[in-house]
Amino acid sequence: MSMQSVSLQNTTAGRLDRPLNADALRADARREAFGLLALLSPGLLLVFAVIIVPIGWLFWLSLFDETGQLSAANYARFFEQASYIRTFVTTFKVAFAVTSACVLLGYPLAYMLSQLPRRAASICLIFVILPFWTSVLVRTYAWLVILQRKGLVNSWLIDLGVISQPLPLANNFAGVVIGMTHIMLPFLVLPLYASMKTIDTDILRAGMNLGASPAATFRQIFFPLSVPGLASGVVIVFVLCLGFFVTPALMGGGKVIMWAMRMEQTTSLYSNWGAGAALGVVLLAVTLALLGLFQWLLGARATGVWSER
Amino acid sequence: MSVENSLPISHRQRLWLYLLGGLVLLFLIAPSVIIVIMSFSGSTLLQFPPQEWSLRWYESYFGSLEWRDATIVSVKVAVMTMIVATPLGTAAAYAINIGTLRLTGAINALLTASLIIPVILIGIGTFFLYARIGLNNTLTGLVIAHTVQALPLVVLTVLSGLRSYDMNQEKVARSLGANLFSAFRQVTMPQIRFSIVSGALFAFITSFDEVVVSLFISGGETTTLTRRMFNALRDQIDPTIAAISTCLIVLSIVLLSAAQFLGRGR
Repeated sequence: MSMQSVSLQNTTAGRLDRPLNADALRADARREAFGLLALLSPGLLLVFAVIIVPIGWLFWLSLFDETGQLSAANYARFFEQASYIRTFVTTFKVAFAVTSACVLLGYPLAYMLSQLPRRAASICLIFVILPFWTSVLVRTYAWLVILQRKGLVNSWLIDLGVISQPLPLANNFAGVVIGMTHIMLPFLVLPLYASMKTIDTDILRAGMNLGASPAATFRQIFFPLSVPGLASGVVIVFVLCLGFFVTPALMGGGKVIMWAMRMEQTTSLYSNWGAGAALGVVLLAVTLALLGLFQWLLGARATGVWSER
Repeated sequence: MSVENSLPISHRQRLWLYLLGGLVLLFLIAPSVIIVIMSFSGSTLLQFPPQEWSLRWYESYFGSLEWRDATIVSVKVAVMTMIVATPLGTAAAYAINIGTLRLTGAINALLTASLIIPVILIGIGTFFLYARIGLNNTLTGLVIAHTVQALPLVVLTVLSGLRSYDMNQEKVARSLGANLFSAFRQVTMPQIRFSIVSGALFAFITSFDEVVVSLFISGGETTTLTRRMFNALRDQIDPTIAAISTCLIVLSIVLLSAAQFLGRGR
């Protein structure tokens, strides 16, 4: 009933000279708002209790040193200790490598998908969405099997006579990048494809009718129009790489220590909650800063990819 | 919309693009295919293609008490997560869709925060919180943590269903005397039930596949399948995991097809 009353307020009430029992309408609107709040509150409470509270708590912890004194020691050590600096450098190197690989592989794929007839595109999309929904562990295991010393790639290359010694493909930087690229690729392809689908083909045809070659049409019209979609994919992939744990932990062979692994070691192995929390706070800050910067630059929704899942 | 192929570029000129795109698709799908084939290998060496075929890794999976217990824990948690996350997410999506509340944007951001916050931070934070309230190594704790992670997917899926639904129908029902709940149940829900079921399936698989948070907060009797797999992979490459992986791939295919089928059912 109240919904009806609210719309009455907008239409009828304004035209009447005396207020149409305005108090009752306001009460109705308030009840409506409380009802909606009641619908939201269980979910919000859960998110608040399990995400906001613990992270706030960790943030608080990170401000104190081992003796319980308020200090910046947990943050200062990032600049002082070489091992932390190495972790950050590795993390950004991996993130850059994976993001670049995703762009190089994902752009042509998304472009192809956007140009295919709908039916063919939806069949090809299954190949993108199925891995997306397959456990990260399963895919990491697959790459371990494929890339290990006596794995598929090495034994095939040796059989073909391309190499005589197995290449070190797993348990190192290369393995981490290959495995992570496989996992991150759909995060780039899906938003990029979605944005390419919205590019008006008429503009491209107009360009070609005016004498532009296919290459020039792509370079001067299509590519610039696809940049916002590409940027949104790049930011998502980069940000997810920074905090990624499973694949580097399993495919890095203990040699490639990324941010998230360092957090796990610091808290689980050394029980140094302050230091681990400080790492988490900085990681979260960098993540939010990158997303915020992107949103500010492009005014786009950086989380659009999730609705594609 | 029939202009998709109307650019004056022939398929022949596009051949390189199809080739490149095809290779990338192969890159995406090949690992899963290889694992499925290898899981039927008779040898411990994980050769490809396998020299002999057998079901020994499936026998070793289903015969192992540890793997079976872990699977049961994961199924239990995923089912409960689905049961909790679906109504919570649907209710939240409904309220967000009405959009008359102030701060709707902020509420939306909060509900989907777990998609953006690095999952390792959620894992450590949850462990830290649970250690104080005694929820570590409990099914309840796992369900709560997984629900928070599944919630955004349910919200987004149901929200997209609601956006293509005409809310005036519900207003009509309410103007005819139905209260909010029965108007939703009898008028709106039947029309968005496919989104709700898709959201539920996504919640299930999110929970079932979740690794990082489970790594921190599960253990002992409540060790999830993914936690046990992660630890096994750290030690050595056990071919039993190929059989488990194949089961997980099949599960993804089944759930995705169900979601796809339901989506088309409209």
